[in-house]
Amino acid sequence: MMPNTEIYNLRVNGKNHEVRDAWVGESLLYVLRERLGLPGSKGACEQGECGSCTVIMDGQAVCSCLVMAATAIDAEIKTIEGLTPDGELTEVQDAFITEGGVQCGFCTPGLVVAIEHLLDNNQSPTEIEIKEAISGNICRCTGYGRIFEAVQTAVATRRAAR
Amino acid sequence: MTVAIPQTLREALAFSSANPNAQIIQGGTDLMVEINFNHRKPTDVIALRRVEEIRNYAYTADKSKVIVGAGLPYQKMEHGEIAELFPALAQAARTVGSPQIRAAGSIGGNLGTCSPAGDALPVLSALNAEVNLRTETGSRDISVHDFMIGVKRNDRKPGELIISVTLPIIQGWQGYAKVGVRNAMVISVASCCLVVDRKLGAISVALGAVGPTIIRCRETEQWLATQIDLKSISAVAPNLLKEFGERIANESKPIDDHRSTAAYRRHAVATLSRRLLVRANTK
Repeated sequence: MMPNTEIYNLRVNGKNHEVRDAWVGESLLYVLRERLGLPGSKGACEQGECGSCTVIMDGQAVCSCLVMAATAIDAEIKTIEGLTPDGELTEVQDAFITEGGVQCGFCTPGLVVAIEHLLDNNQSPTEIEIKEAISGNICRCTGYGRIFEAVQTAVATRRAAR
Repeated sequence: MTVAIPQTLREALAFSSANPNAQIIQGGTDLMVEINFNHRKPTDVIALRRVEEIRNYAYTADKSKVIVGAGLPYQKMEHGEIAELFPALAQAARTVGSPQIRAAGSIGGNLGTCSPAGDALPVLSALNAEVNLRTETGSRDISVHDFMIGVKRNDRKPGELIISVTLPIIQGWQGYAKVGVRNAMVISVASCCLVVDRKLGAISVALGAVGPTIIRCRETEQWLATQIDLKSISAVAPNLLKEFGERIANESKPIDDHRSTAAYRRHAVATLSRRLLVRANTK
């Protein structure tokens, strides 16, 4: 498979997006934000250390800043924008609000995606599993306590809904 | 400007032979950092993420060794059969970046980048891994010691792809330890892998991030074999343990850089190697 890098397609949040006139080295994060109008994923470190750009690619949580967009043409990508229809919140997003897990908010989309990914694969994570799952997402405001509370709340809400 | 996304190993080898200087990308966790920071501007790229043949592992015919595909993500080594066979590899895999990084990163990428801080590399060195490289027409195996040449330099020739590493199954004990500035998501300041082969009565110790490439402490290994019986678990006397750490530190060749000082790194490898030796000799 040899995509024409001047025009290629990415499948993001269940929709096909055409990417035009891109440079081969552009990261998925850059393409999402600057070319596809999906600025929910945040760019901070651009070296895989902060997790603000976390997206789900083929069922795995990955740093979109470390994915070469042109190599992801056959992948199923889900971003923070694709978690729920516009205007609706997931249990995790709702729990972030009720537990006060958001301060400046920059890390929030990456954390929400990482936590959604955890809960999709593990309905009752242990404390250590939660900490491990968000170990790749850096928050400099909250000290993680309230984020941790939000995960517990989201787990309970999801459990009650089942 | 091209991006090739081969779906099979044969296709990948055809691409790399046709364009020997193309940039190979596996998980992207090293390469994309260089690109994001404008340190590298690739034109032709071969992405290996769809080549399933190198994202697996298999036993050799005699079951004495395991061939680990160069593209197997670290995530797959943290638990399960690989982790049981090679606990040191599982421990090293567990310290790589974050879950996001471990879903993408692989041994092939660690070898391709060949940073002295590559987390899996001390394990490959201590286990005397063989690296398999292929072109469209040829295949060769090279000891990992000869493959790693220097800081971010390896023996891969243009057109070659890193296919797998072959690891011997050792009867004995193996462990890995690392020092960094925090618990998660950290590039090592110093790392150490220690393997005791109880059948042969031999020990191997490899150090990461304290030299231009991974350092095998062969003098200390031979010295220790004359001091204790490595074929059985025996408590190591405190004075012996102290000297062991000192000898390991003497074999390291660390530098001062933005991550740490040479003096601290020397101290760290002495402590890490002592800890691992104690663990190896504790039931």
